[in-house]
Amino acid sequence: MRLLRGARALDPARGLDAPRDLLVDGGVIVAIERSIPAADHEVIDLGGKIVTPGFFDMHVHLREPGFEEDETIASGTAAAAAGGFTGVACMPNTQPVNDDQSVTEYILAQAARAGSCRVHPVGAVTRGLRGEELTEFSDLLDSGAVAFSDDGRPVASGVMMRRALEYSRLFDVAVIDHCEDLVLGDGGVMNEGYLSTLLGLKGHSRVAEEVVVMRDLLLAELTGARVHLAHVSTARAVALVREAKARGVRCTAEVTPHHLLLTDEAVREYDTRTKMKPPLRTEADRQALLEGLGDGTIDVLATDHAPHHPDKKKVEFSLAPFGIVGLETALPLLLDRLVRPGHLTLSRLVEAFALAPRRILKLPAAALRPGAPADLTVLDLEREVTIEASRFRSLSRNTPFGGWTLKGAPVLTLVGGEVKFSALV
Amino acid sequence: MDLKVRHLLGIEPLDAQDIGLILDTAAAFEEIGRRAIKKVPTLRGRTVVNLFMEPSTRTRSSFEIAEKRLSADSLNFSASTSSLVKGETLIDTALNLEAMSPDFIVIRHSQPGSPNLLAHYCQSSIVNAGDGAHEHPTQALLDAFTIRRNKGRLAGLRVAIVGDIAHSRVVRSNIHLLRKMGAEVVISGPPTLLPLEVERLGVQVALRIEQAVEGCDVIMMLRLQRERMTSGHIPSAREYFKLFGLTTARVALAHPEVIIMHPGPINRGVEIESAVADGATSVILEQVTNGIAVRMAVLYLLAGGRAAEAKDAAA
Repeated sequence: MRLLRGARALDPARGLDAPRDLLVDGGVIVAIERSIPAADHEVIDLGGKIVTPGFFDMHVHLREPGFEEDETIASGTAAAAAGGFTGVACMPNTQPVNDDQSVTEYILAQAARAGSCRVHPVGAVTRGLRGEELTEFSDLLDSGAVAFSDDGRPVASGVMMRRALEYSRLFDVAVIDHCEDLVLGDGGVMNEGYLSTLLGLKGHSRVAEEVVVMRDLLLAELTGARVHLAHVSTARAVALVREAKARGVRCTAEVTPHHLLLTDEAVREYDTRTKMKPPLRTEADRQALLEGLGDGTIDVLATDHAPHHPDKKKVEFSLAPFGIVGLETALPLLLDRLVRPGHLTLSRLVEAFALAPRRILKLPAAALRPGAPADLTVLDLEREVTIEASRFRSLSRNTPFGGWTLKGAPVLTLVGGEVKFSALV
Repeated sequence: MDLKVRHLLGIEPLDAQDIGLILDTAAAFEEIGRRAIKKVPTLRGRTVVNLFMEPSTRTRSSFEIAEKRLSADSLNFSASTSSLVKGETLIDTALNLEAMSPDFIVIRHSQPGSPNLLAHYCQSSIVNAGDGAHEHPTQALLDAFTIRRNKGRLAGLRVAIVGDIAHSRVVRSNIHLLRKMGAEVVISGPPTLLPLEVERLGVQVALRIEQAVEGCDVIMMLRLQRERMTSGHIPSAREYFKLFGLTTARVALAHPEVIIMHPGPINRGVEIESAVADGATSVILEQVTNGIAVRMAVLYLLAGGRAAEAKDAAA
């Protein structure tokens, strides 16, 4: 048995924030006590570091199958574990698209063979992400899919989105939408505003996101289905979600660390590592996102980990693919830049990045209680790290945070009681 | 006095002193163009690569002439002959050119920020000859030079710029330059071709050309690309001319000594009436002439030349 000794145990769902020892055996937590004798256990001394239910990133792109030069399930999950995540949900825009059982099963087989954390595939809403015919939700769920999304190529047709939401009610499963009207987006490559005007880059209108947020909220209200809005990025989107929740619409929303920490000012030097969708917005948007996360309007933190081989980003800004990696930077960034200055409480961080995602995906709750799976993350608030892309486990390097020195980092990741990452000294 | 920049990526990074220095230096070089033998040895032994990834006649010829008049060795790469058509990236092309140790790379490219990208990877001085809708600094400099020659100053002038503001690099560079030099700028064009928050660049926006040109000292017309019709920005060239075309009647609303400018190539009858383009107030061809001296000045100063020595260099 493995004994985690001298931890500060933090589980907001149970109102727990106190010194505890945790005993782990057979993949589950067997005891949580003020003090557990070492006996003949394998002891890991935590010296006051924080143990939380394992972090879970419900929005990552593992790129396998099809784009193994960008990321593989092995490298992506290693990155996840190193970033403190015990599980991820991976998006279906692979090659082939995860729109049938064989692909879902392949992903799970690869994860079982080479994965460093739990992997839960998200199935496509429509075949081939073409927005025309629904996938077989039931079969995909039977194979292990946990939600449906046409992320990366969002469902353009309002009626198709309505059908997807209606059909999803059979299974009470979340439909995740990347809210973007691609026509209205008009090929924009950064937020449309003063900076796009200054830089001569094609602007992407905030309205292209907001009209789809509005559409999805109205359709969720109409159908009674559950919609999850991926990576919202504008102040208006937050306000729309807040208002819909007040009306009782079954909706949840997510935000990324980069939208909480950066604005379109970061694009000034045409660095392709600042190019993602939705684009970095303005300071007013950033503040609204922080407020939304704080008051629960935004339920979830997720990275939208989007690896791209370095060659693909070494081109002119407009020609580069959208997306940045996030798994290995998310927790240090949030701990240092939001938790430390008091913009986000530690329990809200755990709630939004460990508990809420599993609830939305109807996965077993991660909890610090006997009998729960030993999926645990240990955080050291004093650990200083410098983001070095060249040392990522991820195969890709596309981060705008390279060189940032941050205080606070994950130092131990346990998945099913197994140590999948340790930076304990 | 030296330039405070190593590259000419745009007007935005320059200050009024840099701009004044380039314009003064250009004035010293201008006379060379009127000689029988139009050549000085100033940049002898220096190599300039002209990397033109987008069609250009005026700017490219102007740079070439400027380089030749300074006795630099120049090399021309264009999109059709370069390896970019074989799938090589811009960075790889630049690194290959860089391996031949040029002193300058003059780049014209459809993608905004491409000169910045080269500056990041190359040791050579990068000169932006137009990057997408971002900047076209030598155009703004030659425009300023032309205005100064005709008006004696830039500060306090009212300049109207009319046309496709959204897609124009010329307008961005001109706004930066004119504002830094103390001129007032009013822009006008169809709202479908005005970029968001453009006022924050320090300009006034007038939806009617009549308001824009009223009492102004300089009218700068921008070229309207044909594709703006098919992309739904404006219904027709005919209606565009009706609303925004520069006619004799509209010129009459401006200051009596107004000058008419256009970066070229002009679309007669689309953005400007021939009578205006060819009229006495037009300085459109003078702009072309001045482009050479301005580009000579830019290359000279980036090569480390000093303004005070430019006169000697020209002598």
